[in-house]
Amino acid sequence: MVMEIVCPAGTPAALRAAVKAGAHTVYCGFNDETNARNFPGLNFDRAEMAEGVAFAHSHGSKVLVAINTFPRAGAEDIWHRAVDDASAAGADAVILADLGLLAYAAENHTGIRRHLSVQAAAANADVINFYAETFGVKRVVLPRVLSVPEIAAINAETEVETEVFVFGGLCVMAEGRCSLSSYATGLSPNMNGVCSPASHVEYQEEGGELDARLGGYTIHRVGKDEPAPYPTLCKGCFSVDSKKGHLFEDPVSLNAEQLIPQLQKAGVTALKIEGRQRSRSYVAQVVRNFRAAVDALEAGQPLPVGMLARLSEGQQMTTGAYKKTWR
Amino acid sequence: MELTVAPSQFFWAAEEWERFYQDLATAPVERVVLGELVCSKRLPFYQDWIPAAVETLQSAGKEVLLTSLALITLKRERKQNAQLADMGVEIEINDLTALSYLPEGARFSVGPLINTYNESTLRWLASRGAARICLPPELPLDSVTALAKAGSECGVAVEVWGHGRIPLAISGRCYHARLHGRTKDNCQFACEDDPDGLEVRTLEGKPFLSMNGVQTLSDSYACADYQIEDLKAAGVSALRLSPQSKGFGEICTLYRQRLQGTLPVGTLSAKAIAQGEGIRLSDGFLKGETGVSWSGSQPAA
Amino acid sequence: MTEPQPEFRPDAEIPRFPRLAARLLGRMPLLPLSLTLTAYARRIAKSHPGLFRRLGEHDHAEFVLDPTDLPFVICLAPNGGEPKVRLQRGRGNGTARIAGPLAALLGLVHGAFDGDALFFSRDLVIEGDTAAALALRNAVDDAELDLAEELSQMSGPWKAHIARALAFAQRRTGVHLTRPEEIHLW
Repeated sequence: MVMEIVCPAGTPAALRAAVKAGAHTVYCGFNDETNARNFPGLNFDRAEMAEGVAFAHSHGSKVLVAINTFPRAGAEDIWHRAVDDASAAGADAVILADLGLLAYAAENHTGIRRHLSVQAAAANADVINFYAETFGVKRVVLPRVLSVPEIAAINAETEVETEVFVFGGLCVMAEGRCSLSSYATGLSPNMNGVCSPASHVEYQEEGGELDARLGGYTIHRVGKDEPAPYPTLCKGCFSVDSKKGHLFEDPVSLNAEQLIPQLQKAGVTALKIEGRQRSRSYVAQVVRNFRAAVDALEAGQPLPVGMLARLSEGQQMTTGAYKKTWR
Repeated sequence: MELTVAPSQFFWAAEEWERFYQDLATAPVERVVLGELVCSKRLPFYQDWIPAAVETLQSAGKEVLLTSLALITLKRERKQNAQLADMGVEIEINDLTALSYLPEGARFSVGPLINTYNESTLRWLASRGAARICLPPELPLDSVTALAKAGSECGVAVEVWGHGRIPLAISGRCYHARLHGRTKDNCQFACEDDPDGLEVRTLEGKPFLSMNGVQTLSDSYACADYQIEDLKAAGVSALRLSPQSKGFGEICTLYRQRLQGTLPVGTLSAKAIAQGEGIRLSDGFLKGETGVSWSGSQPAA
Repeated sequence: MTEPQPEFRPDAEIPRFPRLAARLLGRMPLLPLSLTLTAYARRIAKSHPGLFRRLGEHDHAEFVLDPTDLPFVICLAPNGGEPKVRLQRGRGNGTARIAGPLAALLGLVHGAFDGDALFFSRDLVIEGDTAAALALRNAVDDAELDLAEELSQMSGPWKAHIARALAFAQRRTGVHLTRPEEIHLW
């Protein structure tokens, strides 16, 4: 089986670009707080979702709808409607994280596949099997805290398909379990679908140096010609005693392209690309690269060498937790 | 309202750990959750002391619970957590994995690191046997109110984070080890020297976070002083106080007095600030603009 | 099977507008050009209503687009779908400023570049309301605009104005003035 490439689409145009570039599957979300990339100008209204699904299906691609924030108490109907509408739009699966929402989908929409979002941070075979038995989850997106041998061990112990991130932004914290953003800005991935939101970002260029602030905290300062990272909290520059640096993670982005053969051996079903906030040209470019890689692998040919560095944050790449020394 | 003591988030030497729980026997709290929440590598250092601590606290009339780990990944951790139930003490789950190890219908508690954000999730947990749920610290008062109501309808006691550095994130990577240029597997217990976490400052020198191994905490100590009336009105049944290495007995007493109405608003927080240099407070998650916001006046950083 | 896609070269050097040409452009009277661009923007608003819908709460922001290799800035007010464009010398005032070489700005519109990538490489600088700037970028990316195509649909006295300016720019700079997959039309 060719490994499935799962691509982000923040807009209908990006969805079409991803499908045309060879994405087996595209994931996207509605334009509200129900999805974890609730950014200005992004995402799909109901009609766009239905059109997007139809377009993808007509090209033989699938569409997954991420409804992966945690419903707000007193307003759960917004999330319930999102599941209803994803199902009505003909989506191939919903990607969920919240226990209550999983229960709702399992009860009311038996016809649509349920995938477990990375936001649920299911990091071992026992809990993955628990989600499968309890809510009929068919696929789990693994948190970015696991090494390749650990992923292999999980696959040996579960029938649930696994999907892993191979490219793009990298969370260093267990996803769905991080309140750094709401601590500093009041808005969180879990509740609002945003992390280190643009509305709280300020850039200031002074004497050739560029300062980046989030919620009033300066967490980056770069020289005139250095790459400028977005001020995501966990990749900020901080100090402890007299030591200064990127204490949690460097402003790098994940690129596990060269690990694809190992991930396939580890039993991984699908490779996920992060970046619903990126442009359609980015999506097309990345998809083409990864599609070429899995096609080469399937044909028993060597992997093409990537050229994706400039697309990446701070222009540095890491293989993240897939290599154990990252920890 | 009752007081629940959270499991200590820090790595303390065994003797200090033991002394802390002996002292708690006389503290005016109803409930103590103990055990290792943050890092499975710390547990062997004090696990032999756990049964005695449980017994001491139970004899002192406290309800005692054992916490699961916050992030269970390794085989060893799975085994360790699967065996927790054998201790004969109620379990507080802080990773859903721990629920999968409990016999169906067994009574359990839910800690603040489980994502209970809404009524459906609360009701689902209740249907699985949850008797008590401590809500995630980032929830605003509106959510707390709705969840306390849902809890009262299905017999679940709802608790909120009352005092102490707030758990903001958990990771597969150990930041203490990284700071010392070591890997997690060879961490040499770098977190041991920071019994209340290690202060992390921003580039302008503002204290911001606190590093605790694989966990990231707030620099500020959450403090419910200005929120207690609202929380009572919302139907919250208990406040959770998170252990700190110094003056924790005083914190317990201050909260008890505050709940009994013998301390005026503002006194508790003033005394908490006076406990040590560099103690800053926050209560913003409940009603403020940001989590770090604080209703009272803040000492200079 | 994959279909042809926009030409997208992340490592390509971004061309700069020639200095002499920029100086000449700077001497042009800005008012007529502003009116022309406003009419042009309204045409785009009509043919791409989704673009302004996507701006959401930012549809009354004031954007300053600053082609750093040209002697003026472009002040764009979406104005709830009735856009106004004004060219101005100096820095201009607005809710958000997006600055970069003309080629980068146009390449962004035409999907030849990725906004984040340009920002990381500091070919693009954003100041002010970052959320508004992001909304504009995302809305424009989704609209799949083709400025040349839009121009060819225009009629009246404006068309000649802009056509001359664009043709000149295209000749001199190699800037993406059209969506790359249709570049052969030029």
